[in-house]
Amino acid sequence: MMAELRNALQQLYWQKVFFVLGALMTLYLIYPVLFNVQGVYLITDILIYFLVFCLILFVAYIRKQPHLSVPWRQVFKGKIAMSSAVVLSFFIIVGLMDSIHFRYIEKSEATNTSYSVDMLSVLDVSLRYISSDSEKTYSAPFAIYSYAKENFINDEGVKYRAYPRLKFAGSHLKKPEQEYWQDIISKSVKGLIIGLIISVVFSAIFIFYLSRTSARSYLDTLKNILQDKFDLPWRVMLITLSIVIVLCAWLFYLSHFYHVMGTDKVGQDVFYLTLKSIRTGLVIGTLTTLIMLPFAIALGVMAGYFKGWVDDVIQYIYTTLNSIPGILLIVAVMLAIDVYIENHPALFETAIERADIKLLALCVVLGITSWTGLCRLLRGEVFKLRELEYIQAARALGVSNFKIITSHIIPNVMHIVLIVVVLDFSGLVLAEAVLAYIGVGVDPSTISWGNMINSARLELARDPVVWWSLISAFSFMFALVLAANLFSDAIRDAFDPRQQGVK
Amino acid sequence: MADILLEINNLKTYFGDIKNKPVRAVDGVSFKINRGETFAILGESGCGKSITALSIMQLVPSPAGKIVEGSVVYNGEDLLKKSEIEMRSIRGNRIAMIFQEPMTSLNPVLTVQQQIEEVLQQHRGIKGQAAWREVVALLDSVGIPVAEQRAKDYPHQLSGGMKQRVMIAMALASEPDLLIADEPTTALDVTIQAQVMTLLRDIQKRTGMAILLITHDLGIVSDFVDHVAVMYAGEIVEYASRKDFFTAPLHPYSKKLFASLPAKSKRNRTLDVIKGIVPPLTTEFTGCRFYERCGAAIKQCSKQLIRLVDIDNTHSVRCLQFIDNKINFPITNDAVSDISDTGNIAVEEVFSVANLKVHFPIHKGIFKRVAGYVYAVDGVNLTLYKGKTLALVGESGCGKTTVGKTVLHLNELTAGTISLKSEDISLPTTSQLKTLRRQAQIIFQDPYSSMNPRKRVGEIIEEGLIALNPELNSIERKTKVKTLLKQVGLPETATSLYPHEFSGGQRQRICIARALAVNPEILICDEPTSALDVSVQAQMLNLFKQLQQDYGLSYLFITHNLSVVEYLADEIAVMYLGRIVERGSVDDVMQTPQHPYTKALLSAIPTVDKESAQEKIVLEGELPSPITPPSGCHFNPRCPERMDICTHKYPDTYNISDSHAVACHLTEK
Repeated sequence: MMAELRNALQQLYWQKVFFVLGALMTLYLIYPVLFNVQGVYLITDILIYFLVFCLILFVAYIRKQPHLSVPWRQVFKGKIAMSSAVVLSFFIIVGLMDSIHFRYIEKSEATNTSYSVDMLSVLDVSLRYISSDSEKTYSAPFAIYSYAKENFINDEGVKYRAYPRLKFAGSHLKKPEQEYWQDIISKSVKGLIIGLIISVVFSAIFIFYLSRTSARSYLDTLKNILQDKFDLPWRVMLITLSIVIVLCAWLFYLSHFYHVMGTDKVGQDVFYLTLKSIRTGLVIGTLTTLIMLPFAIALGVMAGYFKGWVDDVIQYIYTTLNSIPGILLIVAVMLAIDVYIENHPALFETAIERADIKLLALCVVLGITSWTGLCRLLRGEVFKLRELEYIQAARALGVSNFKIITSHIIPNVMHIVLIVVVLDFSGLVLAEAVLAYIGVGVDPSTISWGNMINSARLELARDPVVWWSLISAFSFMFALVLAANLFSDAIRDAFDPRQQGVK
Repeated sequence: MADILLEINNLKTYFGDIKNKPVRAVDGVSFKINRGETFAILGESGCGKSITALSIMQLVPSPAGKIVEGSVVYNGEDLLKKSEIEMRSIRGNRIAMIFQEPMTSLNPVLTVQQQIEEVLQQHRGIKGQAAWREVVALLDSVGIPVAEQRAKDYPHQLSGGMKQRVMIAMALASEPDLLIADEPTTALDVTIQAQVMTLLRDIQKRTGMAILLITHDLGIVSDFVDHVAVMYAGEIVEYASRKDFFTAPLHPYSKKLFASLPAKSKRNRTLDVIKGIVPPLTTEFTGCRFYERCGAAIKQCSKQLIRLVDIDNTHSVRCLQFIDNKINFPITNDAVSDISDTGNIAVEEVFSVANLKVHFPIHKGIFKRVAGYVYAVDGVNLTLYKGKTLALVGESGCGKTTVGKTVLHLNELTAGTISLKSEDISLPTTSQLKTLRRQAQIIFQDPYSSMNPRKRVGEIIEEGLIALNPELNSIERKTKVKTLLKQVGLPETATSLYPHEFSGGQRQRICIARALAVNPEILICDEPTSALDVSVQAQMLNLFKQLQQDYGLSYLFITHNLSVVEYLADEIAVMYLGRIVERGSVDDVMQTPQHPYTKALLSAIPTVDKESAQEKIVLEGELPSPITPPSGCHFNPRCPERMDICTHKYPDTYNISDSHAVACHLTEK
């Protein structure tokens, strides 16, 4: 292990990788000083960036390992996979932006600095114009009037009930009745044009970059992309990217003037809420696997490799764990966490920190209930591997068990781990929604799709129906899960040895 | 010649990207099969033999492969023009097929009876009681004892040989005109192989069907066939009657195949090898396909496509020598260097096992109570001398691999002593185990699964050095790896490649390099050549001899291939059901075998050399289960010379001479 690491370090490639990683880490640590804010590092934030860190290392490692990079290249050649990857990266970027938290410094009079109470994320800052525009209560998408009637007194002093104008949405309109449609259309067109310009400019820059690296003329590169002659499906990727950009530009531009997805019960913009939910979904989908993996890999491999009593013990552990209903375990753990937080208020300064620890607890407990499947798969695979002759040869050469496991067994089961992780991701995102629905999910104050759907459920009986929070949360979640599923299908096809050659 | 059953003309079956870069698995093959004859297609792996057979049956895996040209005329009708529905009435009915792997060709969830009845109903419309009678009759005819009971068995209850018999019975169920047998005995032991081949010949005599035999084994061809076609890289290079082929092979490839067979007469020299490997079938050939590997090739060979020329009525060959008589071909005698036999100098014992027993417990029930034992190895004595080769011979399942693994402490031993240079290491301490690991290494049968596919060759070879020679730094290790690669005949550049980039023979070389890395004195070779083609096997045997000569290695050579033993071994130990039944020097055992089992084993090997041919002893039955070994002499149920005493007393070991011992009651007399 050490020797490999040393060898690797000798190479310039790894120097570059570690330089980049170091730079990113320093940036993450010193940005509060640069922007004169107080950085807040929530536990989940740290874990997410740790994951990103690992991911970069993993990618760097794969690039140098032909047996790993070949199947990945196959993944990258898939059209559906790559357009899903573009959609996924949109979600990931939003999620990462939402994972950098800080507080503004309010007064800095000499020594006595005090910080703002509100903890903001980069996403919050970029969407400040939406999040600060709170209405009183529900309003439909693009509405300029509230959902609920209020009492008014007209000029003649008569009381009457009417739908009040919204405070922010459409407040720029002088004569709403005449201007409304025209305004929406003109603003939409403007938003779409902005989006188009951005995507055209971006594509142009990208094509320029591609023409430089592939040593072709600019027009030639363009032609090749249009005819899809490159190894990677650039055409599909650029088209998907353009669609995402145009859609975003339209939504973001219009959201300056309207609530594009309406507002919820307390008047918060639903578009903002759905965007904030992305982080919660990603955290649950990724951190859970991060927590589960060490258990699953270590126990599965040990059970398969050592057999005998080790195998018996591990089998008993996971069969026992598997026979406890997962929901019950989750309910119990979440309850225990609640009690713990109540009893130790000093540990958690703010509501956000409390919510954060609950989110982490949910990840942990979901991880504990879900590692058994992978563990079982690995055990079976290792059973098969340990009888293979190269393992026998390694034993005959006097290689230690630990070394055999780390250098012969684990690399040969990594494809299974990868397949399971990506397939589990979408399941976990959905599990969050289901758990929130039965009331044992994340903290109610955490913005998540599950909570949004759960609260929208209560309003479905109203007339007219309050459909927008449900639909927005649903469609965002659907887009994420669908993209993740399509991408993981491609990964499974590329890594599953039985699928190889079957096209 | 009037009675042609099947005629194949210019058959081409391509795989992969058919338009741009096809894999030309079968590239213009033509031959004829007469009614009632046995026709063999002979060739190394990857030459397109099996695909030819599948093309006849129209069973080429689709859409990966496609028959692009040619005709398969059966009884005057072109099978390739028939629809899938029409084909079904021919396939399995008029032309039946049996496959190499009897383990996977039967459906494990149906009984033998159900599977045969299905064929009967499909092709002959026989049902009910009549079908049952026919099933029993068929099983009887393929020599399955107690057919009524066996018919109700599931495939897993049958042994490999039995399964192959059932497969033959199924193929015969429809009374076909032609039976295609794709390596029907490759997965079976020699004694079972003899049974199955004799059975096929008897059936052929009875029913007059033709057999298309696909094989890589020259021995089988010489024993059983009428005509033979040698296939190389997708085309037929020689076509001849058996007699012509074995007396005067014409194509250089055929000649080389004969030359690379190991035999006793070649002991003191290296084997003639065919260098390199079969060229990839994606190559667009512009000349002779054998050009690269042919010793006698001249420039013209690579420049013109060579047609098959008829020498006489039944003999044709695809070689420039016979097209243009004016060209002078160099007569090459490939460098066959002499190897001095190490002789009897300094007999130094390096390794010995005494009374070695390995019993695997069988657990049953929820409490995993020990219900019985598999007596895999049951009292084996072996002694290995410095610079010598001891061959451990026996059928599969007799425990020879277990011996190999146990002496290296890869298995736990139940009883007995293992000593390394007269130091008892039966229960090794950590440092003794380390010494053992340094001094004894193992090479496995399957070069494909004996290397981690995720590691570079350099890392694979380095592994033992890191574990056992931690004092070396990485530069020293790299140098050592390069030397090792040179020793086994691979280029230095191999270090940065992955195992899948090498052919079977090259991989086996890497495995040898890995074993040699720790400078062992003893190599345990567990069937190291049986997964390889004949020509590659010759390369490996040469390498083994070379290494022995250069470094004084001792080999424990575990194998079932007696011609390899004859060529390589100094001593032989014949193993049957966990015990050694006969041991002695090569001459003793091969020339004057004493034990009936050794005699049967020797006679069961199909031989190319017809002069030494003798009466075949075909053993009945199969290796009994090592869980319940027969009482008395283990061999008694199959022994042709069984006596009363054999059934209740295991014979003692008698020394016939200093170098020859045998465990048989016959010797006692």
